[in-house]
Amino acid sequence: MNVRTASKIATVAVMCTLAMACSKKVRETPPTDTGGTVGTTTPSGPTGPVTPGMYGPGDLDTDTCLRQRVVYFDLDQDTLKPEFQSIVNCHAKYLRDRPSSRMALEGHADERGSREYNLGLGERRASAVSSALQAAGGSGGQITANSYGEEKPTCTDSNESCWQQNRRVEIRYSER
Amino acid sequence: MRRLLSHLFALLVLTLPFGALAQQGLEIDIVGGNAAALPIAVAPMPYQGSGAAPETDIAQIVAADLARSGQFRTLPAANLPERPTRGEEVNYPAWRAINQDFLVVGRVLDAGGGTYRAEYELLDVAKQTRLLGFALTARSGAMRDVAHQIADAVYEKILGVRGAFWTRIAYVRVTGTGGARRYSLIVADSDNYNAQEVVGSSEPLLSPSWSPDGSRLAYVGFENGSSVVYVHTIASGAREVVARFRGINGAPEFSPDGRRLALTLSRTGNPEIYVMDLGSRALTQLTNHFGIDTEPTWSADGSRVYFTSDRGGPPQIYVVSASGGSASRVTFQGTYNASASVSPDGKKIATAQGAGNTYRIAMMDSSLGSPRWSLLSPGNLDESPSFAPNASMLLYAAREGGRGVLYSVSADARVRQRLGVSGGDVREPAWGPYRTPR
Repeated sequence: MNVRTASKIATVAVMCTLAMACSKKVRETPPTDTGGTVGTTTPSGPTGPVTPGMYGPGDLDTDTCLRQRVVYFDLDQDTLKPEFQSIVNCHAKYLRDRPSSRMALEGHADERGSREYNLGLGERRASAVSSALQAAGGSGGQITANSYGEEKPTCTDSNESCWQQNRRVEIRYSER
Repeated sequence: MRRLLSHLFALLVLTLPFGALAQQGLEIDIVGGNAAALPIAVAPMPYQGSGAAPETDIAQIVAADLARSGQFRTLPAANLPERPTRGEEVNYPAWRAINQDFLVVGRVLDAGGGTYRAEYELLDVAKQTRLLGFALTARSGAMRDVAHQIADAVYEKILGVRGAFWTRIAYVRVTGTGGARRYSLIVADSDNYNAQEVVGSSEPLLSPSWSPDGSRLAYVGFENGSSVVYVHTIASGAREVVARFRGINGAPEFSPDGRRLALTLSRTGNPEIYVMDLGSRALTQLTNHFGIDTEPTWSADGSRVYFTSDRGGPPQIYVVSASGGSASRVTFQGTYNASASVSPDGKKIATAQGAGNTYRIAMMDSSLGSPRWSLLSPGNLDESPSFAPNASMLLYAAREGGRGVLYSVSADARVRQRLGVSGGDVREPAWGPYRTPR
């Protein structure tokens, strides 16, 4: 328990540090306060004007970072790997820039081990991505996290190259 | 219509040559040997009536059941020294000469109104005495049930343990690929014949669990990306949502009295074990820990709940009082133990046990005091063990050639048999209760 708690705290600390480091790198505009305005903000339509420096709906199809919608995990792990922090940062910025957008995180596991345990593991991974998005400034009110466990693999062979593609969280926008 | 189709299908199967039959789901595939098993011969039970003969070969089904149990070694039909149908016709020395301990003989007669009467006798070859002599009457469509009941009676008479061949199993079958994938909850006889789809879905189905009276199945489905626990009544086809909270709704398991459901909910943000009173829908939370707690399964007396938890590292089996409180760890061998199935006497616990990339079915037996572990399956990706109600056999799921298959294995690990399924990918077996209470 102690080891686990300590490692969680350490993980969160690392993620926060990385979030700040990365956000400097991409030179984001300062985050607007989205906490109290979610749901009350009038969304600008998909074809509405886009403020320079702010993400617009079209960027989901064109922006190199925003087009990346899958975060991968190590075996039995729910810790966000550092190489996925930049993806988390740009999606967090999108959530801030588009308070009307809604995101569904879908957690998945590979086929090994019990199906029900893997449902839990998938949920933990989705929660880890949700936490990282919020640490990077996204609003929890825009995010839902679910798990399919091992039920929806993208690759169906029984080997590591396949398994690592299945240990993932998919980012889906239900509203852009 | 479905019944008509299944009858047509049955007819079609019967007209196919044996090679094709094997591919249609009749594969009898004993992968382990058993020299210590009791030798028994089951003589053909011919139809001696005057109408149309029943489609079912009762003797073949009885023999297959007994062989699959691992407790018996059946004599191949080609090696029978004679084909008696009544005890008084038996030439005992001929059976003794080929080292048979037991012999089952019988015949099928007309019983009027389109029904058949199956008469059978179990004979002790050494003592030249009759151990059992009974008759069962049934419609043509229920003759497989008759055969399984005969196998149960023979099993119990010789071993002193109730037979569990006349039972049903449930499992999930997946057909199609990509967007056309279809998930079916199947109910079948214990030998996987008479398979019927009871629920179909385009979304994944998992974790079927039988009510103790065999009338209902609880299971997990998905709606809008979220898991949901349902209870399905088999006879009426009625389906009820019992848990659709935020987060995971999973791993339902009926209590031994059928009035409560243990399940996993992550509505607090983390998977915990709960017990739901099915009458009032009131929830009692049994666990409260930041680890993943899931896969509850009841002790036979309903006083305790076993579950899988990763609170101490990789998943292991724990047990907690059914009213909550502190949990204690049960499994200490194997780096990964999950999906516990507990025998009715509470002495045996089967798990999916992982070591590295190999997952096998393991059994912890505490019958003789301190726990002894044995491995029941070879791996590599075996899961979902489920005890028969008499705990003499288990079902589990394996992966072969990129698809899921089901195996039955005797609890002594001596005989394993793949249960043939025509087409699809099968998983999540659950062995149902006895058909009649005692």
